[in-house]
Amino acid sequence: MEPTQAPEKFTSKDLITDQDVRWCPGCGDYSILKQAQTIVPDLGLARENIVFISGIGCSSRFPYYMETYGMHSIHGRATAVASGLKASRPELSVWIVTGDGDGLSIGGNHMIHLLRRNFNVNVLLFNNQIYGLTKGQYSPTSEEGKVTKSTPMGSVDHPFNPIALCLGADGTFAARSMDRDPKHLQAMLRRAYDHKGTSFLEIYQNCNVFNDGAFEVYTEKTSKKNETLFLEHGKPLIFGDTGNKGIKLDGFIPVVVDIPEGSSPNDLWIHDERDRLKANILARFFDNPSKPNHYPRPFGVFYVEDRYCYEDRMGDQITQVLSQKGKGKLDDLLRGKEIWEIQ
Amino acid sequence: MSKHTDVLDNVIIKFAGDSGDGMQLTGNQFTNTTALFGNDLSTFPDFPAEIRAPQGTLAGVSGFQLHFGSVEIYTPGDHCDVLVVMNSAALKANLTYLRKGGTIIANIDGFDPKNLRLAGYADGKNPLEDGTLEGFNVIQLDVSKMTRHALEDSGLGTKEIDRAKNMFVLGFLYWMYNRPMEFTVRFLEEKFKSKPDILAANLKVLKAGYYFGDTREEFTTRYSVGPAKMPPGIYRNIMGNQATAIGLVVASEKSGLPIFYGSYPITPASDILHELSRYKNFGVRTFQAEDEIAAICSAIGASFGGQLGVTASSGPGIALKMEAMGLAHMLELPLIICDIQRGGPSTGLPTKTEQADLLQALYGRNSEAPMPVLAAATPSDCFYTIFEACRIAIEFMTPIIFLSDGYIANGAEPWQFPKSSDMPEIKVNFLKEKNAGDKFLPYKRDEKLSRPWAVPGTKGLEHRIGGIEKQHETGNISYEPLNHEFMVKLRAEKVERVADFIPLQKLDSGNDKGKLLILGWGSTYGAIKSACIKARAEGLDVSHAHVRYMKPLPKNLGEILYNFEHVLIPEMNTGQFIKVIRDKYLIPAEGFNKVQGIPFTATEILEKIKEVLKK
Ligand code: SF4
Repeated sequence: MEPTQAPEKFTSKDLITDQDVRWCPGCGDYSILKQAQTIVPDLGLARENIVFISGIGCSSRFPYYMETYGMHSIHGRATAVASGLKASRPELSVWIVTGDGDGLSIGGNHMIHLLRRNFNVNVLLFNNQIYGLTKGQYSPTSEEGKVTKSTPMGSVDHPFNPIALCLGADGTFAARSMDRDPKHLQAMLRRAYDHKGTSFLEIYQNCNVFNDGAFEVYTEKTSKKNETLFLEHGKPLIFGDTGNKGIKLDGFIPVVVDIPEGSSPNDLWIHDERDRLKANILARFFDNPSKPNHYPRPFGVFYVEDRYCYEDRMGDQITQVLSQKGKGKLDDLLRGKEIWEIQ
Repeated sequence: MSKHTDVLDNVIIKFAGDSGDGMQLTGNQFTNTTALFGNDLSTFPDFPAEIRAPQGTLAGVSGFQLHFGSVEIYTPGDHCDVLVVMNSAALKANLTYLRKGGTIIANIDGFDPKNLRLAGYADGKNPLEDGTLEGFNVIQLDVSKMTRHALEDSGLGTKEIDRAKNMFVLGFLYWMYNRPMEFTVRFLEEKFKSKPDILAANLKVLKAGYYFGDTREEFTTRYSVGPAKMPPGIYRNIMGNQATAIGLVVASEKSGLPIFYGSYPITPASDILHELSRYKNFGVRTFQAEDEIAAICSAIGASFGGQLGVTASSGPGIALKMEAMGLAHMLELPLIICDIQRGGPSTGLPTKTEQADLLQALYGRNSEAPMPVLAAATPSDCFYTIFEACRIAIEFMTPIIFLSDGYIANGAEPWQFPKSSDMPEIKVNFLKEKNAGDKFLPYKRDEKLSRPWAVPGTKGLEHRIGGIEKQHETGNISYEPLNHEFMVKLRAEKVERVADFIPLQKLDSGNDKGKLLILGWGSTYGAIKSACIKARAEGLDVSHAHVRYMKPLPKNLGEILYNFEHVLIPEMNTGQFIKVIRDKYLIPAEGFNKVQGIPFTATEILEKIKEVLKK
C-alpha cells in the first residue's frame, strides 16, 4: 500500500468561492457560513473530500459559497441525495445544509429515515421559523398563532420540536446552537463533525427580513443568561444572570432552584450526554419564553450515542460476500443455473 | 388399451387456480423443463393484485400461460389448447381463453358446492355436469384425493399434504407431454434442502401424477413436441426483470462503475431489486429507500459520486420521481430510470400490463427537460436495451429512461445469451485535471455536447452544481434571459445528438416498400411478429418495424415510414406513440389500441391488418 499522504492544508480563505453571497444583509446565514469556514480547515480533511449538499431555501444556497464539492439539489431532498452519496462513497465528508421548511416539512420523511439509518453525515438545520425564500409564510417550526402572509389570523399549526423529533427518530447526535454565538456554534460544528453517525445540529438563525427577533430572548445580552441553559457534559445544569439558578430532578420532573450566592449545591442535575432518558426530558424544555415559569432553552449537545452507520454495514456485506464467494464472474451470471444446447 | 403419441408443433397450456394453489410455480417448472428440452417458448403469468384474495373466488384466480413449440414462438399464444383448472372459479374466469375443442384438466375437488357457490355458479349448477363443457375434452382428476392418498403414510398434516397438490398436476402434465422430471426434482431438492419430509412428499406426489397418467387406461394419448429449430448455440431461460438486472451488472462491469440501485418496492419492478440485491459480489449496492423520491435522489447522489446510479419503478412511482428527473437533466449526470409499466391510471391494475407511460416518459417533467427513452421488446431484449441505456447515459452524461412492462418483465423466453466478451466496453472519462487552462469549467462540452464528470475526491476540481439555471460552461448560477434560452436548447440538442450514435432503424420483417407497415414498440413485438408471419403466409403485403430508440428516434425512421401506403401503430394505450409519429413525420398513421391490462393477441393484429388492407 502507498503511504497515505497527509491532506494538503488549506485556510478559511480557500473556502471562499468566487460567487457573490446573496443573502439579505444582516441575515444570520452569514455567521453560520463564517463559522463553518473557520472550523473546516482544522478538521484534517482534504478539501476535495468534502461535499456540502443542500435542498431549497435561503439556507440551501450555502454550497455555492463553500469552495468544496457541493450540490444544490431540490426541495427537501438533500438528505436523500446525501444518503446515496455516502452509501457509495463512504470516505467522503458529507454535510447537509437544510432549513426548517426544507428539512422538516417537505423533506421531513427523508430526515427521519436518515436519522434512523445513521449515515455518518452532518446535518446543519438552519431554523429561522419562517419561509424566507418564498417571502414569509409560517413554517413547521413557527410558534402557534404565528401571523404571516399565509396566516392572517394566526397559524393553527402546532410546531415541531426539532430536537425531540431527532431523538424520536433514534438520531445518535442531537445538538442546538445559534447564529449569534460564534464560539458556541464553532464548538458545536466541531462536535457534529467528530461524531460518527448522523449529527443533527439545529441552529437558531435569525431571518431579519421576515421573522426578525424570533430568538431575541436567547441571543440578546439582556435576556440570554436567564433564558438559555448551556449544556456541558459532566457539569451541573446552571443558568441565570450570575449563575444563580440551577435545575434539579425531582423524580422525572425538572425543578428550577435558586442557588444562593457563594454556595455550590450538590444535588443539581449533572448533564450526561449519553443518557437518553434525560435527553428526552431536556428536549422538552421547549416552552414559549413568554409563558410564566418556563424552563430555559437548552443549547449544546443533548445526546450522543454510538451506533453502527448504514454505509459501514452495507460495505461489510459486500466484503463478506466477496470473501465467501469471490468476485462475481460475468459469464456465470449470464449463463444462469440451467442451460441447454441446440446443435 | 395401448397408448400412442401424437406429434404437435406447438401447444399452449394455461394453468389456473387459486392464488394459493401454486400455479405460478407449476407454470414456471413446466416452462423451465420445456426450455431445457429445447422448445422455443413464451410465457404470460397473470396474477391478482391481492396476495391472498378470498379463496375460491374469481378475484383470487391466478394464471400462467405457456406457449411452447418445435417451431418459433413469439407470443404466449391467443387461445390455449389445454386449460388446467384447480377450482371452479379458475374455469369460469378462463373458459373464454380456451380454443374450441380444447382440453380441460379439472381438479374435481374444486367443484364442490362451496367452490361452485364462491365462483358464482347458480345453485345446483356444476359446469362439469350440466353440458356447459360440451365440445371440449374434459379430464376430471380428483387431485386432492389422490395427493392425500399418496401421502397417507407421510406423517404430514392435511394442510401440508394439500400444499403438494400442484405437484400432482405437474407430474401428470409431464407424462402427457413427454417431459423429463429431472429439472423439477433438482429444483425441489434445492428448495426443500432443510425439510426432508416435505421434499419427500413433493417428489412422491410429482411421480404419482406422472405414473397416474402412465397406468390409467383412460389416458390413451400422449403428445410430443420436438425441440425447436433455433439457431445452434447454448440457451437459457430468461424473464425480463432478470434480464434487466443482469444487463445492469454487465454494464457496470464493462464501464467499471459500481452500481448504486435506489429503489422503493412496487409491482412489477421489485424483482429487479430482489435480483440485484443478490449480486453484492459484483459490488452492487442496493438501497431500499423510504419512498420513490428518496430512491431516485439517492441514485443521483451516487451518480454525483461517480457510480452508476440506477432507480426503477412503475408508473405511479415514476410520477413521483419526475422532479428529481428534472434535476438530473439539469445536473447532466448519468442516471438510469427504469419504468416497468403497469395498468393505470393511479393505482390502476398493478399486476396487469400496459404501455401507457410513454408520454409520461417523453414529456413528464416540469418545463423543458428532455431525456433519451429506450423501450425493450421482449424479455431477453431487456438485457440489450438496458445495456444500451447505460452506455448512452454515461457517454452523454444524461438521465435516461428504460421502458419495460409487466408483460415482458414477468414473461420468459429462451435466450441464446452472449459471452461477456461479446459485450462492448463502455468508456468512462472522469476528469482528472482542469480543462481550461488554470480553470475548471464543469459545463464545457465535447462533440457529443457531453460535459465532464468530475467526482468528489478529485483534487483541484471542487465545484458546485444544482438545479438553478446555469451559465454556459462555468455552471455558475445565471438568470440571464438569453443564456437560459441557449441552455434549454443546448440540453435538448444534446439529447437529439444521441441519434448520431445509435443504429439506424431496420425492418424486422417484410419488404422495405409496400402497402402496410406495422410500427411497433415495446412488448407488442411478439404479437406483431406472429401476425405478420401469418399475414404474409396468406399473401398479404405487410412489413414490420419495431422501435427501441423512442427518443431520439432513429434518423432514418421517416424514410422508412414514407415508403408505405399505410402505417399502423398497435399500442397498449389509447394512442401515444402515434401522437409522436404524426407530430414528427406528418403522416396519417392509424392507431390500433387496447387498454385491457392484457397484451394483444396475434389474431387481433392479423384481423386488423386485413381490415386496413381492405381499405
Ligand atoms: S429572507 Fe431571511 S433567511 Fe432569507 S436571506 Fe433574507 S434574512 Fe436570510
